[in-house]
Amino acid sequence: MTGDAVLPELAAACPAARLATGADAVAGVVPRYAAAPASVGQASALLRAAGRHELSVVARGSGSRLDWGAPPRRCDLVVDTSRLDQVLEHAAGDLVARVQAGVSLHQLGELLAGAGQQLALDGIPGGNGQRPAGTIGGTLATGMAGPRRLRYGTPRDLVIGITVVRADGTVASSGGKVVKNVAGYDLGKLFAGSYGTLGLIAEAVFRLHPLPAVASYTTVDTVGDGARTSAGAPDWWGRIEATGGPGTLVRVAFWAAALPRVLAAIDTAAEAVTADPQVAGSAASGVLYAALPASTDPAAAAGFVTGLRAALARGDADGRPASAPVPDSPPVLASAVVVHAPPPVAALVDLWGPVPGLSLMRAVKDQFDPGHRMAPGRFAGGI
Amino acid sequence: MIDQLVPAMVDICGPEGVVTDPLELRTYECDGLTSHRAAPALVVLPQTAEQVAAVVRVCAGAGIPFVARGSGTGLSGGALPRTDGVLIVTSKMRRIIAIDPDSQRAILEPGVTNLSVSNAARPFGYFYAPDPSSQQICSVGGNVAENSGGAHCLKNGFTVHHVTGLEIVTPAGELVWLGDGTGAAPGYDLVGAFIGSEGTLGIVTKIVVKLTKIPQMVTCLLAAFETTGAGGTAVSAIIGAGIIPAAIEMMDALAIEAAEAAVACHYPQGAGAVLIVELDGPESDVRRDNEAVRRLCQQAGSTEIREAVDPAERAVIWAGRKSAFAAVGRICPAYIVQDGVVPRTALGTVLDKIAELSAESGIRVANVFHAGDGNLHPLVLYDDSSAADTAAAAELSGAILDLCISHGGSITGEHGVGVDKSRYMPKMFGAADLDTMQLLRCAFDPDGLCNPGKVFPTPRLCGEVPGARRGVHPLVAAGLAEQF
Repeated sequence: MTGDAVLPELAAACPAARLATGADAVAGVVPRYAAAPASVGQASALLRAAGRHELSVVARGSGSRLDWGAPPRRCDLVVDTSRLDQVLEHAAGDLVARVQAGVSLHQLGELLAGAGQQLALDGIPGGNGQRPAGTIGGTLATGMAGPRRLRYGTPRDLVIGITVVRADGTVASSGGKVVKNVAGYDLGKLFAGSYGTLGLIAEAVFRLHPLPAVASYTTVDTVGDGARTSAGAPDWWGRIEATGGPGTLVRVAFWAAALPRVLAAIDTAAEAVTADPQVAGSAASGVLYAALPASTDPAAAAGFVTGLRAALARGDADGRPASAPVPDSPPVLASAVVVHAPPPVAALVDLWGPVPGLSLMRAVKDQFDPGHRMAPGRFAGGI
Repeated sequence: MIDQLVPAMVDICGPEGVVTDPLELRTYECDGLTSHRAAPALVVLPQTAEQVAAVVRVCAGAGIPFVARGSGTGLSGGALPRTDGVLIVTSKMRRIIAIDPDSQRAILEPGVTNLSVSNAARPFGYFYAPDPSSQQICSVGGNVAENSGGAHCLKNGFTVHHVTGLEIVTPAGELVWLGDGTGAAPGYDLVGAFIGSEGTLGIVTKIVVKLTKIPQMVTCLLAAFETTGAGGTAVSAIIGAGIIPAAIEMMDALAIEAAEAAVACHYPQGAGAVLIVELDGPESDVRRDNEAVRRLCQQAGSTEIREAVDPAERAVIWAGRKSAFAAVGRICPAYIVQDGVVPRTALGTVLDKIAELSAESGIRVANVFHAGDGNLHPLVLYDDSSAADTAAAAELSGAILDLCISHGGSITGEHGVGVDKSRYMPKMFGAADLDTMQLLRCAFDPDGLCNPGKVFPTPRLCGEVPGARRGVHPLVAAGLAEQF
């Protein structure tokens, strides 16, 4: 391609750099370049080169959740982590694994299962004979967790070490490969759920768990024929939080005791706009998902989100301790975040809603990415 | 200079909340790490979050450094005062604001002691899981600062796994909530980043913690072995069998001897090592795992196994372990409590190497440790009246940390870096790692007034944040892209 002085520099850093195509679009934003570094060193050189040209950068794993979060304000370069695909270490006796960002959750799961172990995070279930999707990097960056969050927590609870590449190409690690470790700040917590806005996640170390000897699922049908137990998970298990279909997916987090009031708030908000959300989630963890089909009118979907937030904020569903309202509890006790939405819906509503501690988050962003080049606009508060 | 702040502090905290008497100030000169001492210029004891914020604003306005302190039980000098600064003591802030069993949450002030949370939750069938051995007196605010663990964190995790919201006073003196108590608040996980930052990012004034259901059944096994190596084999076998006990603790012969002399715990005579394995959970699980653990210990060569089911019997087994640190203090004039971590599978090798180092230097080492997660607490025994002995002990203690690092471990598993280990940080992390961590510091505390001199050997100059990009984007200028 003539006239492009940037590409040769990117290619010098990472031979697999190329001009992007429409297939590289991130939430509708077509980047100029795409590159798949094969090592952390290449990723570092690539981001350094991108920094010299002030390119904005979005990381992509399998692409399965690339439509999560707001569309980036700018995207000049997509960094594809698919060649960072090495399981660097599985210390079975220590219940620890060190892996590169592009390793698929499914592939890692199969490897660990051979040793009777697991990384206890739910990926995106495969449907129709498809393999489950999702990479380590994407799971960490989105903070994604499915039904087993009740017992094992979310990615931030299981990551014990991380290696990241900063916007200027600096490679930095924190934590390590021992579970018990309080030396230094824990950047793994900070990067978990950061949607690529602080830097590129290159490698991570996880605490593993033994695979249970037996697993069974009990389904209770409140209007049907009572309870039944099966060895396999029901169809819908973990599916809604992983995909939610092509429509609008809203995650509602709350204090567990507020469950009935949250369900009522969802109903109220849905009725007001005659929407029909499907609701599922980890009720005992205080996390529910409401999915609106793609066919929902965009204004109605946006109205559902704002109505739900208003209902949660009014205090009739805010999860305040039922015994008595407590003056010294957090000022907000529930949230409704739009995980993904069709562009016409996303244009009508703030996907993230109110965020506690936002000014400190902006300060953190300014320090890690002073040029605001890493996934700009994807995150809460326009970060 | 600091004297000029006194009237403002008295206005905020009242006369009884401000300490200026030099003798009284000296009672705050160290925390649990008594080898570092510095009397603060001024101590304040606020009673509310608003008072903490006002105190910090006064300090920030005057450019005076400040240090927060809970109960002062920390073991790395994290609450070591500054002679030129203000010590903000949170021990008067000890309200349990709410116990909410239906949401499995409690809201606490930072001065509340760790154990009192469990005591308050017990009538509802819950407890607060992190249980540092100082839990009777240590504060939850200090636990947040240090990301405290305890013997039972093998199964239950650390403070960071049990806190879902924090109200903090920023180093600029603003009151801000991080998280909303749900554990799934939108935005960066600043709760997770703040916990374990050792008081360098701000002062916590309210804490939302998770409560954990009291297990249906608890059993405790004491297994004796001829060597720590055999004990280590049993530990690996237990973990390898897919069992995660609530705790696996080990003591070596010297630690057993010291405990016997102190509390007559009657551990099996002549044992080279004892292992304490506590299992908890649903009764059927515990019974099954208990049998497996027994069998695995026997296979690893255990010479005697005792079992406790009721709380009184368990207390007997734990008595020796819990007294170990103090007991060692009775068999030597002085000792260093080291806190290092190695991968569990490296335990045997590292213990052998520690024994070698000990033999070479003539400095005795008693080993008491959380074997399940590879967290060693070698107690380095020495005579503090001898300068040579003292130096040799310090050298051995440092060599143990080098050993942990070279085996892929950590310089601290639960006691923190504080002032004690900041010089070891460059051995574990590179310059870029430390620089990147301190970006977080710069975001929270650009002026470096909040507990300065802790954790990092060299402070980062925060400088000016460039902020939003200025001028035309180069790609736009080159006609290669458009901006919206």
